[in-house]
Amino acid sequence: MTALESSTKVQLGGTRGGPEKPTLRADRWWIQPVVTVSVLTAFVIYSTWAAFQNKYYFVGANVHRDLISPFYSPCIGGSCVPGAKFAFTWSAWTLSPALLILIFPLGFRLTCYYYRRSYYRAFWWSPPACAVADAHGSYSGETRFPLLMQNAHRYFFYFGLIFNGLLTYDAVLAFRQPGDGWGVTVGTIVLVVNATLLWLYSLSCHACRHLCGGQVRSFKAHPIRYRFWKFVTPLNAKHMNFAWASLVFVALTDVYVRLVASGAITDFKLF
Amino acid sequence: MGEVTLRVWRGDASGGDFESYTLEQNEGEVVLDVIHRIQATAAPDLACRWNCKAGKCGSCSAEINGKPRLMCMTRMDTLPEGPVTVTPMKTFPIIRDLVTDVSFNFVQAAKVPALMPPPMPVGGYRMFQEDVERGQEFRKCIECFMCQDVCHVIRDHEDNKAHYAGPRFFIRYAELEMHPLDQNDRRDLIREDMGLGYCNITKCCTEVCPEHIKITDNAIIPLKERIVDAHYDPVAWLGRKIRRKTKTSAADAAIQPAP
Repeated sequence: MTALESSTKVQLGGTRGGPEKPTLRADRWWIQPVVTVSVLTAFVIYSTWAAFQNKYYFVGANVHRDLISPFYSPCIGGSCVPGAKFAFTWSAWTLSPALLILIFPLGFRLTCYYYRRSYYRAFWWSPPACAVADAHGSYSGETRFPLLMQNAHRYFFYFGLIFNGLLTYDAVLAFRQPGDGWGVTVGTIVLVVNATLLWLYSLSCHACRHLCGGQVRSFKAHPIRYRFWKFVTPLNAKHMNFAWASLVFVALTDVYVRLVASGAITDFKLF
Repeated sequence: MGEVTLRVWRGDASGGDFESYTLEQNEGEVVLDVIHRIQATAAPDLACRWNCKAGKCGSCSAEINGKPRLMCMTRMDTLPEGPVTVTPMKTFPIIRDLVTDVSFNFVQAAKVPALMPPPMPVGGYRMFQEDVERGQEFRKCIECFMCQDVCHVIRDHEDNKAHYAGPRFFIRYAELEMHPLDQNDRRDLIREDMGLGYCNITKCCTEVCPEHIKITDNAIIPLKERIVDAHYDPVAWLGRKIRRKTKTSAADAAIQPAP
């Protein structure tokens, strides 16, 4: 063995100090995993239910509104109601159009670095909290399939940008009140806030930060990319906040459109 | 002020147990002060590492109430009521009491391929402020190794030490990869031999860093994205082929240890 080899060889084993316990933490470390599991499970249950409903996702000209749920936009299925249909439709698809769409935002969030941190901790207990023992006997991280697919995050980010553009277009259309000119309703504000939060979530994404300028070795040599990087870096610091806010608000937006479409509430015109 | 009880792990590789020490609590004390008073009064053979008492040398890392912290920067009055538990860092083999063998980290440090600048141009090397600032954050590391200690990849899976560098060295790799003068391409090395893929970004390293280095956001995730560029992004691959961009191979980089 050469001197270099001996100095770079890791010695495994050795007795560790401290008691053989999963953790010595006495604080309430379990609160964060419990909250994460509760919110994410509630969202998955609600979005699955909403996706299979295939009704009450559009408020149309009959009540002088143009509101569509983000779960159903762009509406490209054959069963889309008139007025909600996108520029092209796939008429052979007769199931809920939401099932065609949700795979992309779902993939974006599932591969998101922040959500990975959250669900690895809360659902997989790997580890449940810092300095609390991993619940698994062996561990290979993201080195093997299927977790190797987390590396596709940037592609879901690209699709996410397309969806953000479409939802922004929906928010602009929400200012239109067919047969009643243009104006601002509660629904308009809901759709605008929803689109804004989704843009903030996407622009604060770690893949976005990397693609904007993080991948270069020298900022001096890439001044425009450096400007982009400097713009998204402060947003990136708040990625967690945008992740939760956009997740909750997209569900609330669907709830609002659903309530208006079903006639349970009226979408008030503000001005 | 009242009294304080410290439950300190006493022992070595042959075994150990907690011993409790109850002392009068003094205003403004940190955990290391109390440990020193225990050494001075009740247990002169109690072993612990310390040096600067200012949170800058990284010597007095331990686990206080189960969480990795610097003993010199943990004020007693910030801890909850009741006995305070002090144990050695769990990830590394124990030497005695609160002292552990952290040589794993020095082995990993020796594996880091050194900076490889181009030949010195006339007038010397020049770096601009925006590029200096980028790596400056990583230079704050005091090598307390608490990020290594809390990382579950090696804390809970000893076998992973053979192929995982750990967060402290990922910030070193990130600093070098982001250095404008460096010509090494360490991405293959980081992926294949340093085990970046084992990190599942649970951010515990960032949580415990006493220098508040954003280890995960500013080092590990950017490295993961660079590895995506190299291995998992067909568009980036095509772009490199079209531009015929070549860099020093990882194999060459790997055989150049730090001086």
